[in-house]
Amino acid sequence: MSQRDDSEKGNSLLNLTRRQALAMAIIGAAGVMLPLGRSSQSFAAMKSTASGQVIIGLSQEPTVFNPHMPHIEVDEGIHWNVFDPLFGISPSGEFTPALAVEVPTVANGGISADGLQWKVKLRDDVKWHDGKPFTAEDVKYTLELIVSPNFRSGRRAGHDLVRDITVVSPTEIHWRMEKSYAPYASILSWTFMVPKHVLSAAADVNSAPFNNAPIGTGPFKWANRVAGDHIQLKANPDYYGTAAQIDSVIFKYIPDLTVLYTQFKTGDIDVTAMQGITPDHYEEAKGLADRKVVILPVATVESVALNMDRPQFKDPAVRKALYLAIDKKTIIDELYYGLVLPTETYMPQQSAYYNPDLHKQSFNIDEANKILDEAGWKPGAGGIREKAGVRLSFTNSTTAGNQIREQAQQFMQQTWLAIGVEMKISNLPPAVMWGEYWMQSKFDSVVVGINFLTGADPDTRDYFGSSSISAKGGAGQNTTQYSNAKVDALLAQGASLQDVAQRKAVYVQVQQIIRDELPILPLFQYAYVRGYKSKLKGFAGNINLRIEPWNVNTWSWT
Amino acid sequence: MPQYILNRLGQSAIVLVLVSLIGFIVLNLAPGGPMSQFALNPGMSQAELDRIAEQMGLNRPLMVQYFEWFTRLFIGDWGHSFRDGRPVLSVIAGHLPATLLLMGTATVLSVIVGTWVGVLGAVRRYSVFDTLATVGAMVALSIPTFWFGLVAIFLFSLHLGWLPAGNMYTIGDESLGDYAIHLILPVAVLALVNVAIWSRYMRSATLDVIDQDFVRTARAKGLPYRRVLTHHVIRNALLPMITLAGLQIPTILGGALVTETVFTWPGMGRLFLDSLGYSDYPVIMGILMFSAILVLLGNLLADLLVGVADPRVRLG
Repeated sequence: MSQRDDSEKGNSLLNLTRRQALAMAIIGAAGVMLPLGRSSQSFAAMKSTASGQVIIGLSQEPTVFNPHMPHIEVDEGIHWNVFDPLFGISPSGEFTPALAVEVPTVANGGISADGLQWKVKLRDDVKWHDGKPFTAEDVKYTLELIVSPNFRSGRRAGHDLVRDITVVSPTEIHWRMEKSYAPYASILSWTFMVPKHVLSAAADVNSAPFNNAPIGTGPFKWANRVAGDHIQLKANPDYYGTAAQIDSVIFKYIPDLTVLYTQFKTGDIDVTAMQGITPDHYEEAKGLADRKVVILPVATVESVALNMDRPQFKDPAVRKALYLAIDKKTIIDELYYGLVLPTETYMPQQSAYYNPDLHKQSFNIDEANKILDEAGWKPGAGGIREKAGVRLSFTNSTTAGNQIREQAQQFMQQTWLAIGVEMKISNLPPAVMWGEYWMQSKFDSVVVGINFLTGADPDTRDYFGSSSISAKGGAGQNTTQYSNAKVDALLAQGASLQDVAQRKAVYVQVQQIIRDELPILPLFQYAYVRGYKSKLKGFAGNINLRIEPWNVNTWSWT
Repeated sequence: MPQYILNRLGQSAIVLVLVSLIGFIVLNLAPGGPMSQFALNPGMSQAELDRIAEQMGLNRPLMVQYFEWFTRLFIGDWGHSFRDGRPVLSVIAGHLPATLLLMGTATVLSVIVGTWVGVLGAVRRYSVFDTLATVGAMVALSIPTFWFGLVAIFLFSLHLGWLPAGNMYTIGDESLGDYAIHLILPVAVLALVNVAIWSRYMRSATLDVIDQDFVRTARAKGLPYRRVLTHHVIRNALLPMITLAGLQIPTILGGALVTETVFTWPGMGRLFLDSLGYSDYPVIMGILMFSAILVLLGNLLADLLVGVADPRVRLG
């Protein structure tokens, strides 16, 4: 009977029986009730009331958990919470004791007057996360591991000068430096101690299970990791220092910056760490309810690095003219929304060694033209200046896809054309840009952000010393191929002195020479926009470090 | 039949070797490499980078590296990630469930809805429903997933607060309901495009069958229209869909890059993107092999199933 009815109607698919209609209505209603069935609060509010947890959003994923293997900035966020160095560094540049009872200095005899003998006294109340006591043996093991030929060490500089490490007692360790090297204190301030009893038991340190479940002495213990999603750390109740007030810390990986910002707005994450909030969202972010947005200066300085080996850049008049023809103010105000700091030097302005008396650049096309005219660079074909067969035409490269930088490049191209200089833009993907192209000085000029310092230490021999030119067989990162005998002598002197005032006098001179010679054209010092929920206390930047979550054990929810 | 399967497996093996060889060569020939991410580290120098590269075995001749990697595949050692040192198989296995959940749900949903919309559109040709469905499909196919995902987040998460802004689950609360809530938006975004595709295919396949003589005969015999549809029309129309489904398998397990990025979904698509960005060669090669195996298996399965389902087709 029902069959005949169906076929008469012709289309039986949409004609439901009463039972079917009722079933669909119930399912539909359940589907609608599901989100409303939760508490009346929106999802934004749900996560923020969990007082025992803080979620930090990162746009890169930490993947290297052994602090001595090659790693990138974002990995240090984990290292600073799971491990401790012998002594740390405060935002103002002073060393603070950590695993060491006191910071070794010349004054207290920890470092000998000639900088060669080191004596470090360690705390006796420190335990590793697995309960074993921390001793001087661990320090010796760590320092030897870093320079061990079989270990895939990320950075040996400084540690390769350490000799005759002697464990005098479980709480005291001595060693000798091959030569006086002032930056070593800074290097030690970010050298984390790793457990001898765990790593020496591993068949191959490079692939030990420790590398994916690290054991340290820090204020947080490793809890777990969901690869590609997040890492969870839990508070260490036996920490010798300031115990953490938040029990669980989640480092959440969100690859897209727009999505990172959105999740910050909805409250899915509590803190934005690197790479934070983009400058174009700053205005809006400032006005968000229950959120604090801060601008943190960092030690990275953006500059146009010139390859001094190129004939176009050999004439100091050219470099001076190029610098005068950059409209820094417009770049900073329009492209970076005024959020970065103009600068004349590679030294961060917050450093104790900063030279504030450097001549300030002002955008002056006429003066630039005058300098080039007087130096004998005459306009040739196409209006581009030339002299003795050399045309003022060169390429400028940076990371492809960095839109703000690309805009800055186009702007510089425009203003340089006004002084008869032709600049061609040739951007490359990061994997290519920072490979041989950069390291072996194959570029003409590059727009790059570099942290020239060694932590808080003003030594920049890696970047400006003539023995650091990789392209000429040296060992360092002097990719501009800058070579100045006076600077070499000053840098060597500065690295061997221990007294801050004496060193400042040296480095002030170095900054002046670099400002005069312009192997790099300094644009600005970076400041990052970071946000966190207003209820979170304790969040603070540290110009001497590369990441923000360095003091999570002092964070708390109000 | 067994002979046919053996033949196909043999062919697949040859294709796999070729794919792995070409993939390996192209990957290593591309400029840059895993060392560039460390280049701007403080204190880094070319000498240090070279030392690290040598310790990772990257300085050996390409063919040596390839043979070592390839022979290790058979004993289950697919290499170790350059980034966190974990075995590649663990890395892939770790990201697979997330992708399966997302893509599986989206595919099931889009197949069901797409079939229904497509068949209905074919049965009620040129009606209002059919026109709407066609236009809707065209719009859905033209919308960029990235934009649509962000708009969906903006509307349902920021404005209305009904749904979470992304992620697979809330850390700490991983109940079934939690997963379900987080699935809604990304599945909706993914399913939209897939429904469009399936409905178009299904409509066209149904149209091919619905005008056939045997359908008219069945109706003339007095069978109810619904039975004609389900028993005769849809069954025959689904045959080309089996092949399509087989080709979908690699996509299901390969992940949807854009959707996973927008919705912060820790799946295979994102793994692939991240590995490419960091030049994590072992993982990239692992995913490549995995996809290749899936494509070949998916094709084989589809062909076998068609052979089983359609008595007109003789395999081998």
